[in-house]
Amino acid sequence: MTVSELKEKARQIRLETIEMVAKATSGHPGGSLSATDLLVALYYSKMRLFDDPHDERRDRFVLSKGHANPPLYAILADKGYVDKDELNYLRRLHHPFQGHPESNKCPGIDCSTGSLGQGISVATGMALGFKLKKADNQVYAMVGDGELDEGLCWEAFMAAANYKLDNLTVIVDRNMLQLDGNTEDVMAHGDLKAKFEAFGFATDVINGHDFEEILPALDKKAEGKPHCIIAMTVKGKGVSYMENNVEWHGSVPKGEQLETALKELGGK
Amino acid sequence: MADVVKKATRHGYSEGLVELAAKHEDIICLDADLGHATGSLVFREAYPDRYIETGIAEQDLIGMAAGLARTGFVPFANSFAVFTAGRAFEIIRNAVCYSNVNVKIVGSHSGITPAGDGGTHQCIEDIAAMRSLPNMTVLSPCDFNQAKLMAEVMYEHQGPCYMRTSREPMPIFTSLEDKIELGKAQVLRDGKDVCIVATGVMTCLAKEAAEQLAAEGIDAALLNIHTIKPLDMDSIKAYTKKCGGRVLVCEEANMYGGLGEAVAYGLVNEDGISFDHVAVMDRFGQSGLSGELLEEYGITAANIKEHAEKLVKR
Repeated sequence: MTVSELKEKARQIRLETIEMVAKATSGHPGGSLSATDLLVALYYSKMRLFDDPHDERRDRFVLSKGHANPPLYAILADKGYVDKDELNYLRRLHHPFQGHPESNKCPGIDCSTGSLGQGISVATGMALGFKLKKADNQVYAMVGDGELDEGLCWEAFMAAANYKLDNLTVIVDRNMLQLDGNTEDVMAHGDLKAKFEAFGFATDVINGHDFEEILPALDKKAEGKPHCIIAMTVKGKGVSYMENNVEWHGSVPKGEQLETALKELGGK
Repeated sequence: MADVVKKATRHGYSEGLVELAAKHEDIICLDADLGHATGSLVFREAYPDRYIETGIAEQDLIGMAAGLARTGFVPFANSFAVFTAGRAFEIIRNAVCYSNVNVKIVGSHSGITPAGDGGTHQCIEDIAAMRSLPNMTVLSPCDFNQAKLMAEVMYEHQGPCYMRTSREPMPIFTSLEDKIELGKAQVLRDGKDVCIVATGVMTCLAKEAAEQLAAEGIDAALLNIHTIKPLDMDSIKAYTKKCGGRVLVCEEANMYGGLGEAVAYGLVNEDGISFDHVAVMDRFGQSGLSGELLEEYGITAANIKEHAEKLVKR
């Protein structure tokens, strides 16, 4: 896809994200919208994927910040892995789009996530597994910046560097906000780039909404080192009143606010 | 009398896993810097390329194992019971059981018999914690040979497994020829006066108690529970009934949430049950010599005998 096609795809996915969350009357729009461009770049440009979502040759993606699932679900439906009608049933009984991703219920989900810090640990194990099998699958894992408070993330990062997992790309959705406020107020992360480098990652800081920066960053590989992309993002990106506003971490737009959001995203 | 061979279940399992790994290339052994203690270092010696060290990071031990399982391996993750079932509980819950991936977890140094280390390291809660998880199978072999056989039982079972093993060298009394069926109680002794249901190292002590009871004319049945979940209530009910409803559960674990409660739950709607329990009575362990600890906590062969006698006289 060209950059302009990717942008258009991201707009559609954001629109569907808001529609899904509004219908579900619960969910996490803020961190979904910050992650959308990165997800679109992965699924429509970078990952090796097949018509069969279980094809063993596929690259793996682990949404460690599992609460940001609506855009991922919209992508899986768009790919044809799940019936598009399921977009109407986010967070509903017996439906595949659970409140947090569940790999046994939803085709295309490579790892059940939602309990923060665990996805990155499992992704590290997957990358190690592919190394042991001498398989060339790439593993991508997205963590939230608030999620980095979890000690398990850093246990996993240490292991990723120790086992020289250059088939692992960790993407930090650095939107600077978590449920209780600014990440630097809740638990200061300080110089994240220096931290990742000290942990043995080849690290890049990019604009997480600019495909011209995202695409080359995803291509980068450092031999013998895992790769970290710190993607500077805006929580709530694409909906003016949600942008950089922590109130939209886990709130759902209704009425006029919903209309405004849909209009801004090019919907009806 | 020939010397009784004493060995620990942790070593039986490790030996079994090494032998099994020769047949199955998908087996990976992980440890969190306790390989010297859990016994898993023998695996590292035999298959260094299939041994994964996670460092002193038990949460990552479980997460990494889940990732390896998701790429088609059969990972066996090892640490002390208190650090797997305890510290890594929620990783086991979500990344393994909720996800229903094929990870095998082994918690060594269970119970109070790792005596010197004291209460921080003596895990009396792992049975309760692990059996509370949907999709989890919980195993507890009674001696070295059974632990050795269990490696294969775990491998053949598809899905999450937790096995508790012990640090304490104990007499070997089962055979490698025994047919171990997951989810089936092992009848070590038939009897008609009291049904003793025991697991782990307590089975060995219960066997000793049953032999002493026999000398006094009390005919005890002894069921060894190597599979705590799913629990073979059919056998437990049948032998309890045969023993006039008298049942005594023995476990080296806290009184709450373990095998005792599981058996009581399974018998609660039966008529005429007399239940008793030899277990740790809701307090933490402490340092001491292993024999001293069993005595201090009231879980010796003599204690089992005493409880059984009281049940019979009730």
